[in-house]
Amino acid sequence: MKLTFFGRLRDEVGVGEIDCSPPTTVGDSESLRRWIGEQHPALLDPRVRIALDNVLIKGSAPTADVAEVAFLPPVSGG
Amino acid sequence: MSFLSAQPIDPVALLEAFTRAANGAGAIVSFTGVVRGDDGVSALWLDHHPGLSEASIAEIDADTRRRYAIDDLLIVHRVGGVGPGEPVVFVAAAARHRRAAFDSVDQAMDRLKTDAILWKRETAADGTSWVEARAEDHSDRARWESQE
Repeated sequence: MKLTFFGRLRDEVGVGEIDCSPPTTVGDSESLRRWIGEQHPALLDPRVRIALDNVLIKGSAPTADVAEVAFLPPVSGG
Repeated sequence: MSFLSAQPIDPVALLEAFTRAANGAGAIVSFTGVVRGDDGVSALWLDHHPGLSEASIAEIDADTRRRYAIDDLLIVHRVGGVGPGEPVVFVAAAARHRRAAFDSVDQAMDRLKTDAILWKRETAADGTSWVEARAEDHSDRARWESQE
């Protein structure tokens, strides 16, 4: 599974992406957030949204068979 | 067809092509957002998610077309490095009447500030910082919600 980070999260995590194999107890996006958040607390901010394979999710969603989990901090376009 | 551009954008050329294509429209309005050169920012860098960022621009494009009586719309947003004085965003609308053209561009810009999936990093003399949409951007965005 590939985790990707954007905006300020690139700086806070230190890289734009990480390849990882979460433990079997991690089965959805919010448990994944808590697991990776132990090393990178910036990801625990509830304003950081998660997209699973290019789909923004609300709440939590299963991560089985997901290839990319993107962590998106508050945006600033325009 | 709205899009993200990793290359510098030329608002004059974009408007010229848009105007030509909108043959017969009664009103054409365009907005160009430029990196301000007077507040100490020496460089802007726009991060994007390949896929989600394009989808967010496409959604703003489709939503704006749905809400206003416009014939055509174009949103071009830079990604990557943008220097002071350089265009960062271009929006144009063509319509039969001016009010729809003005309002659709204004509303699209307000939505781009809060809803486009892009991240802006400013470099100034005192270092770099990531920008977030301001409270004012959210209240600008909310102006249009009573019309939803």
